[in-house]
Amino acid sequence: MPLVFDIKRFSINDGPGIRTTVFLKGCPLHCVWCHNPEGISPHSTRLYNRKKCIGCRSCVEACPQGVLSLTPDGIKAKEGCTLCGRCADACPSKAMEMAGRQWTVDELMSVIEKERQVMTDSGGGVTLCGGEPLLHADYLISILRAVGKAGFHRAVDTSLFATREAVESVMRECELLLIDLKHFSDEAHHRYTGVGNTVILENIRLVSEAGKVYWIRIPLIVGVNADDRNLSQSAQFLASLPTKPEVVCLLPYHDIGKGKHARMGTTYNPEALPLRQPDADEQEHALSIFKAQGLNARIGG
Amino acid sequence: MNFSIKHPENEGGMNSRIRRLRRESLETPATLTIERALIETAFYKENYGKMPNCVLRARNFYEICRQRTIYIGKDELIVGERGPKPKAVPTFPELTCHSVEDLHTLNTRKLQPYLISQEDIDTYERVVIPYWKGRTQRERIFSHVGKEWEEAYHAGVFTEFMEQRAAGHTAMDGKMYRRGLLDCKRRIAERIASLDYINDPEATDKQQELEAMSISCDAAILLAERHARLAEQMALEETDPKRRAELRKIAETCHWVPAHAPRDLWEAIQMYWFVHLGTVTELNGWDSMNPGHIDQHLFPFYKKGIEEGTLTRDSAKELLSCLWVKFNNQPAPPKVGITALESGTYNDFTNINIGGIDREGRDAVNELSYIILEIQEELHELQPGLSIHVSKVTPDEFVLAGARVIREGHGYPSVFNPDVYTKELLRQGKTQGDANEGGCSGCIEVGAFGKEAYLLTGYLNTPKILEITLNNGRDPMTGKELGLKTGDPRGFKTFEELYEAYHKQMLHFVNLKLAVNNYIERMFSLYAPATFLSLFIDDCIENGKDYYSGGARYNTSYIQCTGLGTITDCLATLKRHVFETGRYTMDEMLRAVAQNFEGLEKMRQFIVNHTPFFGNDDDYADDLAVRVYNDLVAAIEGHPNTRGGKTQLNMLSTTCHNYFGSVCGASVNGRLAEFAISDGTSPAHGADTQGPTSVVKSLGKLDQTKSGGTLLNVRFVPQLMAREEDLRKLVSLIRAYFSMGGHHIQFNVVDTETLLDAQKNPEQYRDLLVRVAGYSDYFNDMTEQLQNEIIARTLHEEF
Repeated sequence: MPLVFDIKRFSINDGPGIRTTVFLKGCPLHCVWCHNPEGISPHSTRLYNRKKCIGCRSCVEACPQGVLSLTPDGIKAKEGCTLCGRCADACPSKAMEMAGRQWTVDELMSVIEKERQVMTDSGGGVTLCGGEPLLHADYLISILRAVGKAGFHRAVDTSLFATREAVESVMRECELLLIDLKHFSDEAHHRYTGVGNTVILENIRLVSEAGKVYWIRIPLIVGVNADDRNLSQSAQFLASLPTKPEVVCLLPYHDIGKGKHARMGTTYNPEALPLRQPDADEQEHALSIFKAQGLNARIGG
Repeated sequence: MNFSIKHPENEGGMNSRIRRLRRESLETPATLTIERALIETAFYKENYGKMPNCVLRARNFYEICRQRTIYIGKDELIVGERGPKPKAVPTFPELTCHSVEDLHTLNTRKLQPYLISQEDIDTYERVVIPYWKGRTQRERIFSHVGKEWEEAYHAGVFTEFMEQRAAGHTAMDGKMYRRGLLDCKRRIAERIASLDYINDPEATDKQQELEAMSISCDAAILLAERHARLAEQMALEETDPKRRAELRKIAETCHWVPAHAPRDLWEAIQMYWFVHLGTVTELNGWDSMNPGHIDQHLFPFYKKGIEEGTLTRDSAKELLSCLWVKFNNQPAPPKVGITALESGTYNDFTNINIGGIDREGRDAVNELSYIILEIQEELHELQPGLSIHVSKVTPDEFVLAGARVIREGHGYPSVFNPDVYTKELLRQGKTQGDANEGGCSGCIEVGAFGKEAYLLTGYLNTPKILEITLNNGRDPMTGKELGLKTGDPRGFKTFEELYEAYHKQMLHFVNLKLAVNNYIERMFSLYAPATFLSLFIDDCIENGKDYYSGGARYNTSYIQCTGLGTITDCLATLKRHVFETGRYTMDEMLRAVAQNFEGLEKMRQFIVNHTPFFGNDDDYADDLAVRVYNDLVAAIEGHPNTRGGKTQLNMLSTTCHNYFGSVCGASVNGRLAEFAISDGTSPAHGADTQGPTSVVKSLGKLDQTKSGGTLLNVRFVPQLMAREEDLRKLVSLIRAYFSMGGHHIQFNVVDTETLLDAQKNPEQYRDLLVRVAGYSDYFNDMTEQLQNEIIARTLHEEF
């Protein structure tokens, strides 16, 4: 069974209205700037937050493999962790946490139901996100069916790096797709995310041809994809589609993933690629490129 | 509807007159004036004991109005100050007489000083202090209350509102705009003529009270006349023809109101201001005085002026802005002794209500509601406070306009729900019409405006009561035996035994407070009747009785319970970790709090992170909150007061949660000694980790209609709501909470200082959401670098 690594209530940036966002673990992409790197692995992930650690050694004592130790830099792990989670259970301050656990659809629904009033009043709903939720199409569809049966608006936040069948079946079970478009060039897409974009572009076209409501979300990163050439190509592509995106959201880059990497004990942007947040002028300029193509575009999610 | 904020090119924005008046108001230091005390002392020396107290009070008020210095400032359109100049506050020695030491402290303290000259201090010492020694309300109260009450009071189990100030929370309905004081005098005369001295044993008392009310009318009319004469005099000397015309209009206005009902918007605003001044001159009621639903009251004058072409939107806005400056010119009367901690602010908590519903329950939003939002945003002074009232029938457009002002980050407007507070009022026995005309004054307390005397009597420190329970009746901070011997909790086998002990202890302290409340109420009835205020509260004239003697149509006494979040979390901690899992023994818990968790950080962290706390939509904790709340309601509600009304509960804290925290040791929920307890009905600081919808859902489980008001503070970073559609989400959150039965919500804008504090004390800020580009996240979860950037950005936004 796939793992869920977060359920965010009062989510206001993942589609219309106030939403509940469910994060499924596992992603075929490895974007350099990923802000949820703990969502990449399909397995449970151990997170350690040094700021919350009080150095009590409870985790060290709880670890059956004896791989943890307290150092002047906080808790360090040797090779050999089996991700059993005893350290997190033992931690009094939640400095040590395990991201990812199994949730039955009923369990998820009981959390989602709690938000009914706010979601309904605000024209919101439920967003399934990742990782890449389409990686677990069957589980995803069973959640979407339950959410739909309960009467909530459903959105799926996806890279569309998935099989045609997965896209088609998921498309039928949601009202809105939030599609990430990270780069228009196949080669660059490969370089920054670990996979090419041929499948992605085909799937966007598929969604568009089906007349589905979808949003395009582009992380705007100077040094990666904020150049005129890429933005123009992306805009022209989107404008040429039979059903245009309801909105194109340009999300100015931020290195929020840095903190998460630190907690995973991994390095953010290990090759130190030059990534920079666009300034206000650059954001406006990027926006104008999409608007020039007649697209409804905005800054922010 | 037009609505615009921050448009410098907009002629309707603050004009140069308002800019000057506002700046003067902001830059003038608060001062103390001894003029009122001197007039009063001389009058009392001469007259005390020679006439009934109500007549004495009315004539005292008349003398103050006759003799006091009056002031008309350059540029002013609306005139009248409480003291001889803006921001000069009189003292009220008949209630509480400041000592020489108090005056020195006020003159020199760093925060909120009130300046006073050495000469005035000397005069006070020579003339005022000796006369009042032994004659003040405060001394009457403390000489009576008894040791048990006094010890609980000094330990911070409860506070007493009326020991230094008169009970306030007075809000007006629209009657003053329909009848002048000469009309009042006629009605009073008719009422006296109809008294039945044969069959009504109170007829003489009523006659005296009514005569006193009549004298109070004369006093206010005289005060206005003196302003009219000063304006005429100034007009003669004025060389600028424009200002000369204004001064003549001021004179004409002050000749007319408050003697007669106002005829235009200018007169209506000046009418209110004279009534306001009269009320805050007569006594120093808490929460000064409140015009209530001023947009509804003034709208007919606005409409008429626009239709007749005598008024423009901008000129109306200018007049209202002048009134807004007047509010800010009145710092709260300062207190004596060491109680500064309880409420150290210049703010006197005038809470103007806009929007909401009319007497028939229809949407009451009008153009003035929008104009007032603009003024509030443009002037953004400390006073007055503003609240928007959001019923199901209130249009989104208005709520959005209010949300835009909230986003600006000045801390208002707060948001109230008429659909719930009218139910609170109905439950207390008001008629539907009177409930619909009601609203919220001061902080969050509900009242039938213009028809009710609802006195707040003091705060109750519920976490302190639990602390005393856990120490078998002893207060660990003072070492005194304050409460009942409810048993050593180490012997309790079940959570129910513990709860039962707390419950007994709570009843004990509530009863202690109730017993003294009625005595204090009588002292106000006997020694400090409010014969001027009584003119404006139905049915004091009809009943021939004072505001403080049951003259009002409705008479409520409130006890305000604080710390619901903290006590709930403490109970949840004990229930879960002592009685259910046995992870800790009661003895370990008691030792941990006794040593302020020193050396026990692991235990404290475990409790903080592994206990179901209030505010997370978790029934485990929320059910406990409901139980605590319902038991407080049952303990407090329904006891008769001296005015024919009943005691009720509300859940207000103002800033008292800081004081109450300072008198409590560490608590079992991991709260360290002397830290603030939770405010109002909000979750304890950092206890809510599931986002704002969970908070409002937890709060929605309380039947808030049983209270006279609850208070929910939500932390809020303005950039989270940068876009119009984000504001719509804020509106949805408000609407959702209100449909769950919420009484009030306010958004505490998080400033730079708060964010810096959050970096240092992450545990207190686990609920703090901030926006990062197209994304929002908990502040605690970010790298320090990113936190710094957000701090820098917030800093930037403040300029």
